[in-house]
Amino acid sequence: MRRAAGFSLGLMLFLALIGTPPPVAAEYADVVLNRRAEKEGVRPVVFPHWFHRIRFRCKVCHAELGFKMRVGSNDFKMADIVEGRFCGACHNGDIAWAPDRCDLCHSGKRGLPTGIVGGHETGGPGRW
Amino acid sequence: MVAASAVASLVASAQGWETLQKDGVHDPRGPAVKELQEPGDALSKLTKDSAGNMVRWVQALEKGEINPRASIRPDTKIRIYESDVLLNLKGGMPIVRFPHRQHTLWLDCVNCHDHLFKAETGATQFSMLKILEGEQCGVCHGAVSFPLTECFRCHSVARPGQAVRPSLPIAIPAGAVPPK
Repeated sequence: MRRAAGFSLGLMLFLALIGTPPPVAAEYADVVLNRRAEKEGVRPVVFPHWFHRIRFRCKVCHAELGFKMRVGSNDFKMADIVEGRFCGACHNGDIAWAPDRCDLCHSGKRGLPTGIVGGHETGGPGRW
Repeated sequence: MVAASAVASLVASAQGWETLQKDGVHDPRGPAVKELQEPGDALSKLTKDSAGNMVRWVQALEKGEINPRASIRPDTKIRIYESDVLLNLKGGMPIVRFPHRQHTLWLDCVNCHDHLFKAETGATQFSMLKILEGEQCGVCHGAVSFPLTECFRCHSVARPGQAVRPSLPIAIPAGAVPPK
């Protein structure tokens, strides 16, 4: 155990010396939705673009499902999702987990404002 | 044990992607961070980029590293458009070659036409300033696709006599359509 700790300390020192590259913002274009969530007593929603685009092309959500490419311009409620609109087109227990898995989407830190988080360098879709 | 996990997380961040636990967005005390896929697990397997979120998304798609669905409704027509468009013919920077094919692999025509760009070639006034402010190309580039620091990925066609950067193709590709 002591040897493992010594090795770990050595490795940390080594990484500190060579200069660890700063981690990439994995949250690049994560969308935080908190217009209603916290007022309703749940965590803000985090929508990760990177996770979804591995599985679906942009056109599925932004053409077929009608999500506009601007944060704040898609005003929908849980009732829409439960009835199969917006996220509910897939999050129905068939293609993806059903809306009763509240915590998997409502996973954000409390107090985060609605917006896009990440390394975007333009006003981009985060400007609303 | 603590030291080992500290090393593990150091190594993970050295490889590139911050963990959900530490990304500043997810609640580290919530149940989701234990269940959701970690970005590093998914993205480290894809063709690497040197900018943005460090993934060459078009290459990942073309090489079959990912196979995202193009539709979820059976009656949706999947439209791929092949034509290239040359833009910025009169500027000082190299000419922009906009490839429709790579864009329509991901997007449908209606995502850009006509509210961002008129379908008729030459009818849209482009502005780098607008793009930097998140309009036109900047709706996606810099947010979900490679950022605007990568000038020569778009400004990729050198003018006659222009100093050619190593990354620039010299010839105008066959099939490219100049605006009127």
